[in-house]
Amino acid sequence: MSKTNDKFILGGHEFTSRFILGSGKFSLDLVKACIEKADAQIITLALRRANEGGLANILDYIPDTVTLLPNTSGARTADEAVRIARLSREVCGSDFVKIEVVHDSKYLLPDNYETIKATEILAKEGFVVMPYMYPDLNAARDLANAGAACIMPLGSPIGSNKGLCTKEFIQILINEIDLPIIVDAGIGRPSQACEAMEMGAAAVMANTAIATAGDVPAMAEAFKKAIEAGRSAYLSGMGRTLDKGASASSPLTGYLQD
Amino acid sequence: MSQDTITENSSKEHWNESIVNEVILEDLKQNRIDHMTYLPGMEDPHSDIMDKVIDAMNHYDYEKYTEADVRRALAHDNRTPEDFAALLSPAALPLLEEIAQEARRETRKHFGNSVYMFTPLYIANYCENYCIYCGFNCHNKINRAMLNPEQIEKEMQAIAETGLQEILILTGESRAKSDVKYIGEACKIARKYFRVIGLEVYPMNSDEYAYLHECGADYVTVFQETYNSDKYETLHLAGHKRIFPYRLNAQERALMGGMRGVGFGALLGLDDFRKDAFATGYHAYLLQRKYPHAEIAFSCPRLRPIINNDRINPMDVHEPQLLQVVCAYRLFMPFASITVSTRECARVRDNMVNIAATKISAGVSTGIGEHADDIEEKGDDQFEISDDRSVKEVYDALLAHDLQPVMNDYIYV
Repeated sequence: MSKTNDKFILGGHEFTSRFILGSGKFSLDLVKACIEKADAQIITLALRRANEGGLANILDYIPDTVTLLPNTSGARTADEAVRIARLSREVCGSDFVKIEVVHDSKYLLPDNYETIKATEILAKEGFVVMPYMYPDLNAARDLANAGAACIMPLGSPIGSNKGLCTKEFIQILINEIDLPIIVDAGIGRPSQACEAMEMGAAAVMANTAIATAGDVPAMAEAFKKAIEAGRSAYLSGMGRTLDKGASASSPLTGYLQD
Repeated sequence: MSQDTITENSSKEHWNESIVNEVILEDLKQNRIDHMTYLPGMEDPHSDIMDKVIDAMNHYDYEKYTEADVRRALAHDNRTPEDFAALLSPAALPLLEEIAQEARRETRKHFGNSVYMFTPLYIANYCENYCIYCGFNCHNKINRAMLNPEQIEKEMQAIAETGLQEILILTGESRAKSDVKYIGEACKIARKYFRVIGLEVYPMNSDEYAYLHECGADYVTVFQETYNSDKYETLHLAGHKRIFPYRLNAQERALMGGMRGVGFGALLGLDDFRKDAFATGYHAYLLQRKYPHAEIAFSCPRLRPIINNDRINPMDVHEPQLLQVVCAYRLFMPFASITVSTRECARVRDNMVNIAATKISAGVSTGIGEHADDIEEKGDDQFEISDDRSVKEVYDALLAHDLQPVMNDYIYV
């Protein structure tokens, strides 16, 4: 793939931005500015936050030009995720759905087994299924076989801003899975987003790092630039790295003569 | 508060004299049933959690902690029960500003600037218990009332019109007057007007919680009041509430019944607040470990005056101590919901949601039938509130603090 023909295709839709923005923990009046500064084309939305008709409805703050990616947060089982996904299609009019199945209130770690079950059901119903998962190669293969449109491994526990704690395992998914790998949770800094993109991730999703920044729209822009830089670096082919010390200017074998 | 006063307070018997009067002193001399034995029909979950909580509380010697212990607790990423114990100790009080700063960081990390809004709706104030500090107790001569389904609907309509989407349904503790079916009907009506339904009613069995979950409720709060069973016995002189273990295990039975979340609270000022706060947090901690999906919530009420006793006060739990408790909950369980009561004034509440609390009520009345204009039969209040601001006023105050009011972040499945 060349730098001039770099398209991000997801469920048959084409995007130019590789930055998926979360919408939780925000002041609503900052959402629009963030989308603009981030140049984001996809924004996630917890269906449970979609508050049609009520005070402070987040849907009123998201421009029509942006693709809504409803998620199933609040689901504790595959069955609950399926029910929330079906509801989200009605409310948001979008076939995109990010599967989140969590039944751990402390670390909010996803349940891969239940996620695979939900993915299989929803893919058959025509959803563009984007499963959030713990980066396990076998689970990722099962998700691919179940009809997932991409794989969304976590970098570290959601909301933790701890960065790419699971880096080695995400790299394995990038190497082995033929679907876009979107690093989803725990990215705390633009540099970490950049690193994920350098590794070959197709996109990065971030929320807390931006929502809890001092200047929220400015941080959204910083992420955008970092993600673009990481993508360019990946496409350019990274320079070599030296694992063990420097390269000697006088090679050890320099004495060899005959 | 000086170090001397703290030591003095913690070494003497915690007896809040503001609660008692001559009648109560006489009643205290009567024979009472064993508060540790389940009554017929009460489900025992056969759980080890109560013993663990009481044992840990009894061994909690808060005087032994030093500033170094508190600083160590503050520095940890994941805080242990031992860290929690240090943060609740008198040694932590001089570091309250640093603790508040750290608590605020944790709150923002987990909740951003979101603050959830709700209101309690009291649908009945009949009560069969004799809790000597409570305005609803069955010996307190107050106006009693119970809303019928039409009145509940009117009240809920009036509340929904303010923009709120979360409701907490409360009753006095009378199974005879407010039976499970009555509460279930209230939940079904609430489903028409609200997204989130919580319950603060008498403890019940897991099959009854399962029924109320089917009716639309997903959150159950039960205040243990105090975890000191000997003190508990002298405060709850009659009624099913007197049965200490049945109340303590209510949250577990609610989770067994399929509820999504459970709330905990000690009524600060009844007994040694440090021990009670420690037991509350440790209780929630153990239950969350046993039921990892459970959403955990804390309430932090202090004693307030009631009708026929305006002297009641929270004794040694002043504003700094209250903040210390709230921050300790936050630092120990950063993901937990913390509600700040209307027992506190607007100044205290607005600052607490800016530090560690994540949930605030608005448009509150603790009486019966006070939201809709045309309900004539009204019941008296459970306690005096200190923040009578409307939903709009609280909403605007949150925005003024750069916080984001959130009406709903939940889906019933």
